[in-house]
Amino acid sequence: MEEAEQPIEENQEQLSNGTFHVPTVAELKAKGEEPELLFWVGCAGAFDDRYQKVTRDFVKILEKVGIKYAVLGTEESCTGDPAKRAGNEFVYQMQAMGNIEVLNGYNIKKIVTACPHCFNIFKNEYPELGGKYEVHHHSTFLQQLINDGRLKVAGGEEFKGKTITFHDSCYLGRGNGIYEAPRKILEALDANLVEMKRNRSKGLCCGAGGAQMFKDAEKGDKEVNIERTGEALETNPSVIATACPFCMTMMTDGVKDKNKEGDTKVMDIAELIVKSNNI
Amino acid sequence: MSKQLIFGLFLFLSLGVFTYTAFRLASFFRLTKKGFKVDRISERITTTLLVAFGQTKILRRPAIGLMHALVYWGFMVITIGSVEMMVDGLAGTERIMGSLGIFYSLITASGDIFAAIIILSCFAFLVRRHIMKVKRFSGVEMSPKSSMDATAALTMILILMFSLIGMNMGYLVNHSDEIVGYYPISSLFTGLVSAESAHLFQETNWWIHIVLIFVFLNILPYSKHFHIIMSIPNVFLTDLKPMTQMNNMASVTKEVKLMMDPNTAFAAPAEDAPPPERFGVKDIEDITWKNYTDSLTCTECGRCTSVCPANITGKLLSPRKIMIDTRKRMNDRGPGLSKDPNFDDGKSLVGDYITTEELWACTTCNACVQECPVNIDPVSIIMDMRRNLVMEESNAPKELVQMFTNIENNGSPWQFSPEDRLKWTEGISLNS
Repeated sequence: MEEAEQPIEENQEQLSNGTFHVPTVAELKAKGEEPELLFWVGCAGAFDDRYQKVTRDFVKILEKVGIKYAVLGTEESCTGDPAKRAGNEFVYQMQAMGNIEVLNGYNIKKIVTACPHCFNIFKNEYPELGGKYEVHHHSTFLQQLINDGRLKVAGGEEFKGKTITFHDSCYLGRGNGIYEAPRKILEALDANLVEMKRNRSKGLCCGAGGAQMFKDAEKGDKEVNIERTGEALETNPSVIATACPFCMTMMTDGVKDKNKEGDTKVMDIAELIVKSNNI
Repeated sequence: MSKQLIFGLFLFLSLGVFTYTAFRLASFFRLTKKGFKVDRISERITTTLLVAFGQTKILRRPAIGLMHALVYWGFMVITIGSVEMMVDGLAGTERIMGSLGIFYSLITASGDIFAAIIILSCFAFLVRRHIMKVKRFSGVEMSPKSSMDATAALTMILILMFSLIGMNMGYLVNHSDEIVGYYPISSLFTGLVSAESAHLFQETNWWIHIVLIFVFLNILPYSKHFHIIMSIPNVFLTDLKPMTQMNNMASVTKEVKLMMDPNTAFAAPAEDAPPPERFGVKDIEDITWKNYTDSLTCTECGRCTSVCPANITGKLLSPRKIMIDTRKRMNDRGPGLSKDPNFDDGKSLVGDYITTEELWACTTCNACVQECPVNIDPVSIIMDMRRNLVMEESNAPKELVQMFTNIENNGSPWQFSPEDRLKWTEGISLNS
């Protein structure tokens, strides 16, 4: 991230009222430029009403820090992860090869995404098909910005002393060993981080992985997200923090199911940073 | 002399039977498919030292894990003594390693102490199984045979350890003037053995111990306790990828590339092209060699199932059952398939052993892979069975079929227009 130590680029013209334009890679290319960082929004990030807010907040942080980023916009397409996990390797590889063609065509080197499933597939499964990029999940990316002193989060009173519990995404944690970055962010917010009984490598899935997000669950005694939300609520949190769009949906539904929306919010780590620092 | 002969004959027979069984099980590897490449040897050695010898994963449950680790480390030390017993039995010697002096004392003393620890642990294991009835020892896939297997193995280990201590007790009394080695536990009980019976006591226990070792060895391949032999190699052969990484199917890559290349898209397939292989796993001939070693290694401890989100919430899926069924299917079909590549018993792994309902319940969270003390990967075979259901049988839940269509048509698993991908940017501003 050292190479990013430069002032806000002119492509990110912020107006005095704070509004700004989110640049696409195509727009930059038209100006003969390339982004330093591609923000891969993901389908949930682009279309899910709730997760669009996370996307906006993450972009605000990029804007605030002054990184030369861009998105693909209408040229972005599903990574193929849900198809692959549902057994449809054809649809996955068609998507993968199409995306790789676009990304390589734009000479993309560095990608950040707020979706652990997109992150995992870029990091682990695309390289063999010709898509080799430096890939970051927004949790490690944001933590690095804080570490480097480029993003200031201290001083915010919003979450000081409030109980926050972090729900591990399987594709971040067990899958790719990212356990501490999101927790360090929460600690930087001066929050009182309380762990659930099952955490880190022992964390319980929200129930949405492996394409479960897109189908009804099989017959059982209980929904997985209800079980997990129950564990989260045992910590009496003001906030259940997540770092994955699917976890966000599942935990939010769980909190609603338990009629706890009044006491407990489900929020992404990027939203917490933005809220506590009025970004 | 006659003792040597009888022992030699016994050793020859039992090793012979074991070799036969081992070859029979190994021959089934020919039926399996290629998997990942076994490289990164130094990383494998580290993994083996940590997970197998260091027992790091079983120690994720510290109390019961420590008991298992002590039994395991005890077995390692006691095995040195068993090798000595075999040499003694064949050569007609007694404690032939005695000349090692202080090292010999160290080996015998640790063996003696470990025997006592193993006895205590085995009693604890029996109590957990039969009195406390720990939940993960039950489940639909747990047959009465499995439970009997466990009880029989624990009983055999108990007899092995009692006879080891008995042998040492007899030896101490029999050779009270010229004792080689050090036996801190056995020496506490020498008062129980009279001088006249000491020789017979020692010999009887020697025979019980050595015969039982070989009986146990020959039972192992037919029981879930085969992990005693399989776990070290299985850990060495771990797929070292990140847990959530799924392989890219090379056969699909080839076809997709052909489809995307305008020059070949409409070309007729080459005459001499080999018939396309089956996608995914339907039956036992479709699994990889690693799926097979995984199935042989599973000791049915159930740690996987006890952390499976689907199982915890009452769904049919149990990762342990997937491994048990895989091994069972190879046992049922392997012999016929070895003789005749077209052998068909009218059944298949998916459908007759494992139901689609189980397969569709997996969230690919990899908690089972994380917890398995011997690095078995139930998720990879579950995913390969899904691949078969979808790509060969077109048998997927209808919501997933809709999801595939959405991705193909809109580039998103949901029914949204790709034109709307930037809607979230509308009116975006800082400090709002």
